[in-house]
Amino acid sequence: MHITPEEIVETLTMVTQQNLDIRTVTLGLSLASCADSDMEVMARRVYDHVTSSAERLVPVAEQIEREFGIPICNKRISVTPVAQLAAVSSTDDITPIALALDRAAHEVGIDFLGGFSAMAHKGMGTGSTRLIASIPEALSITERVCASVNVATTRAGINMDAVMTMAETVKACAALTADRDSIGCAKLVVFANMVEDNPFMAGAVHGYGEPSAVINVGISGPGVVRAIVDALPKDADMTAIAEAIKATSFKITRAGELVAREAAKRLGVAMGIVDLSLAPTPAEGDSVAEIIEAMGVGRCGGPGTTAALALLNDAVKKGGAMGTSSIGGLSGAFIPVSEDQGMIRAAESGALTIEKLEAMTAVCSVGLDMIAIPGDTTAETIAGVIADECAIGVINNKTTAVRLIPAVGKSVGDRVKFGGLLGEAPVMAVNQWAGTVFARRGGRFPAPLQSLRN
Amino acid sequence: MRTLAILSVLGEDRVGIVANVSRVLAECSTNIEDIRQTIIGSTFSMTMLVTVDEDATAFDEVQRRLEEVGTELGMQITLQREDVFRFMHRI
Repeated sequence: MHITPEEIVETLTMVTQQNLDIRTVTLGLSLASCADSDMEVMARRVYDHVTSSAERLVPVAEQIEREFGIPICNKRISVTPVAQLAAVSSTDDITPIALALDRAAHEVGIDFLGGFSAMAHKGMGTGSTRLIASIPEALSITERVCASVNVATTRAGINMDAVMTMAETVKACAALTADRDSIGCAKLVVFANMVEDNPFMAGAVHGYGEPSAVINVGISGPGVVRAIVDALPKDADMTAIAEAIKATSFKITRAGELVAREAAKRLGVAMGIVDLSLAPTPAEGDSVAEIIEAMGVGRCGGPGTTAALALLNDAVKKGGAMGTSSIGGLSGAFIPVSEDQGMIRAAESGALTIEKLEAMTAVCSVGLDMIAIPGDTTAETIAGVIADECAIGVINNKTTAVRLIPAVGKSVGDRVKFGGLLGEAPVMAVNQWAGTVFARRGGRFPAPLQSLRN
Repeated sequence: MRTLAILSVLGEDRVGIVANVSRVLAECSTNIEDIRQTIIGSTFSMTMLVTVDEDATAFDEVQRRLEEVGTELGMQITLQREDVFRFMHRI
């Protein structure tokens, strides 16, 4: 037997005790062929295209789970940014497409569908304007559809008009879903340097440069990494920690690569990317914050956190890069507050603040993610937070994003509960000194100079 | 189609484990290529490399039958395709 019993036991332990799983298998689908000026016709085509292309996705993913013995947390679909279809429409209201996508998502049994999206980093076209205006309604009447808007890139700078519009859109989403802890905002993400092959929600889209259908896989496994770091002696140095994480990341990525290959083969579509990310889930022990704490930081958010996260993120990429030649997506650790028990504890104890989270986003993917804030936070304040996060992405040539939930009627100390993978979160304090002028100036932050870096 | 798989059995030692597992495998036309068994304390641990003949019995069905015998014996039995181990632990 060329596989040793130790390796078999290790793999079984990773799955049964350390939450090793594949975070998501995402089928990317182009909707380009569905465009029509008649909204009813377009919505019907979208539904038919998604349901017929994805009918085997869930059964095939479940079969792979059984055969390989590695759970796949989520089966998802990403589609062409709907703003592209919106531009063709003869009506302004795009919600019928969102409804068609939601019905299709239910029909094929997937968890989430991403791509109710627009690119508005340099200017806002007709399609983007219509789509953004439809977001609050669309997210309140659908369950599984996710929206994202790119408002900045390193090449174009930051579209501050779009930033302000998105801040107001976030507020509108919160208001329309006030009876459900403002869950609409949990399905909306504002990006800088959005990537077009991202399998993670709420920002998954099927980019313009992708094949008609493609399988992208997002790996996970923070529990496994935590167990490895925990097992090291307390006097193990940073190099030893980085080495251990690298070796583990290789194994996790190989599992992702195998699942991606098999899923693509069995579905008869192209294999896209493996996203080298550590993505937490609300399950106990499946936490990125706990890895940071296992490295020796007293509580996630305390001094040392950013450095620890930077080491973790880099080691994951180094190990993962050996495991697959199809790296893509966001590829870095995720730090969503509501989906990570360690983050929730850290936020509740006051160790973790939004400002510290912002610093952490400078060294990992993806941004201020799943953070509940007081419902009375002003649109100008939210725009300021989005602009700050965009600046980190644009200047440092990386993807950043904001997914804030200004929970209507809630204030610091309250909790929002979404259930499932979206988890629950304490409402965190927001710095109240944003002012009102900055966010309302509009215009565009010029693209930054890329040499003279500092 | 013939699929290489790793079968692992873990649990408290008792009479008839190997006999029952092997019987199910034989009934499913699954061939045992290699077998290793050890007892740590009172815990019985066995790993087998097997070839599932999917034309005779589907992979799912073999898993279901093994699960049944696992429940009868009070043992944890898993059957996973061999690729997963090769992929995860070998460059």
